[in-house]
Amino acid sequence: MRLQYVMRRFLLLFLVVWVAATLNFFLPRLGGRDPIRQKLMQQAGAGGYVHTGIDEMVQEYNRKFGLDKPLWQQYLTYLGDVFRLDLGYSIAHYPRRVSDVLAESLPWTIGLLATTTILAFVVGTILGALLGWPRSPRFVQYLFPPLLTLSAVPYFLLGLLLLYLFAFRLKLLPLFGGYTPGTFPSFSLSFALDVLRHSILPAASILLASLGFWALGMRAMTVTVEGEDFMTFAEAIGLRDRTLFYHYVIRNALLPQTTALGLALGQILSGALLVEVVFSYPGIGTTLYHSIRTFDYFMIQGIVFTVVLGVTFATFILDLLYPLIDPRITYQAR
Amino acid sequence: MWAYLRRNPSLLVGLILLGIVLAFAGIGRLVWDTSMAAPLSSMPNQGPSWEHPLGTDRQGRDILAVMIVGTPLTLYIGVLAGLLGVIVGTILALLSGYFGGIIDSIVRGIVDVGLTIPPLLVLILVAVSVRANLSISQMALVVASLAWLWPARTIRSQVLTLRERAWVQVARLSGASHSQILFFEVLPNLLPYLMATFVGAVASAILASIGLEVIGLGPMEANTLGMTIYWVSYYAALLHGMWWWFLPPIVIIIAIFVSLFAISAGLDEFANPRRRRAV
Repeated sequence: MRLQYVMRRFLLLFLVVWVAATLNFFLPRLGGRDPIRQKLMQQAGAGGYVHTGIDEMVQEYNRKFGLDKPLWQQYLTYLGDVFRLDLGYSIAHYPRRVSDVLAESLPWTIGLLATTTILAFVVGTILGALLGWPRSPRFVQYLFPPLLTLSAVPYFLLGLLLLYLFAFRLKLLPLFGGYTPGTFPSFSLSFALDVLRHSILPAASILLASLGFWALGMRAMTVTVEGEDFMTFAEAIGLRDRTLFYHYVIRNALLPQTTALGLALGQILSGALLVEVVFSYPGIGTTLYHSIRTFDYFMIQGIVFTVVLGVTFATFILDLLYPLIDPRITYQAR
Repeated sequence: MWAYLRRNPSLLVGLILLGIVLAFAGIGRLVWDTSMAAPLSSMPNQGPSWEHPLGTDRQGRDILAVMIVGTPLTLYIGVLAGLLGVIVGTILALLSGYFGGIIDSIVRGIVDVGLTIPPLLVLILVAVSVRANLSISQMALVVASLAWLWPARTIRSQVLTLRERAWVQVARLSGASHSQILFFEVLPNLLPYLMATFVGAVASAILASIGLEVIGLGPMEANTLGMTIYWVSYYAALLHGMWWWFLPPIVIIIAIFVSLFAISAGLDEFANPRRRRAV
């Protein structure tokens, strides 16, 4: 049974990656745009050159990028490249490879996202449990309406508001970027503090907006667990409130929360990418925004593929960890 | 109806809030000159005044007029995409949940794979691949291309439980055809869920459309709420302190989301009275 579960998950992982690669390959080609010609025309326009010889150049570059071969051959080459994690060259920053640009921006996104997601999950879950628990302090209940509202607000709108309030009006925190322009990334304390200062607002927007989601889910589960027979029994044999709360309620209510974590990962990421754009945070989202503006075909593809790969692997790992928390899961075919 | 609404405050609050937003757009259209939503129709960069209660933007649009025109456009994208999503999702859910077998495996596989991929990224790929400038309806279609996944999954699980109910068994034993059972036994009992799912689908469609617009893939000529946010970030209105430009769309968008969220929570309670304590 165990093996079958792992195999199923692995098959899903493989399918998702293959579908993402295929979509990535075919969707842009359906549009019938010619990114190389566009880029060359743009450069020719900017440089004020005469447009003669453009066609030859387009052909030359098409040959160089392998865009003159039949489609199925391009597809096979593409799948092979993707398998080796070779994402090709960026069109906008030509001599640079997509993977190099990504290697620069990925750590920013991963750092921001991992911290905020884990923090929001932990804090939101605790708040939710307290909200659903009838014997928790009174003031906790006042948190419910704001949390409910926050959970309905898109991350990046909250980001805009926070940016205006704390960076523009109160001038407490920097307006944009991941570090002060002019400084260079290094492993020093002052640079680390600078990065921290710059990440407070983006992190706060993601954190606040996703807090409500976890709290609401946990609250509903806590109320459900409260009504179970084993709770009545535990109360009847006179267990202390603390024991009831930590060992009976939280443990059981936590299970659906962990499932939700796997399901919500993609959503959180979509929201976080836009938050980066709002704050010009030097992560994947901002890179994506700029490559959409310059129509950097390979860059967009590379980013989409990398992010899908990341989310799928994270989900896969969560799926593998889940049976350790809840052994029942391996026995159900769902 | 009224008595029920009083017992279901979240539905009531949501409906009132949505009513206010709709009334703003409806009445505004009657009393305000919406031709001022076009660029260059007024002096640019003006703060709020009697002439322009919400000021004007960098390109000389009257913000109040933009809001009056834009709110219905944004809602239209959401409703169209949500409707398409729920219709396609329901059909697939009925087929896969009721008949099971190979169709079920295929639909479930597609939905599982589709839901794992971050939706915004696929939409970005789709929007980039389609022509440069989308119209409002094309925008809705792009968003709808993924809007059916979630309805298909949730409705399918409802169909699975309905299929085994006694009255469906009775219908089957008395020789009703599959389509009769689906349309007269299963579908009517799905309606409350469909409503709740629809509201949820509209909300996520609006969220997706605004996401696309903010990143620069929206309908450039249309004055939707999301496009207003795009121009705000394009012209760095924030850094110029032009609060009258970005606060109105943010407030309206938040009002729309909160109202839809409250309505869907209220409908959930209506559809599933056992959850009454939980929500």
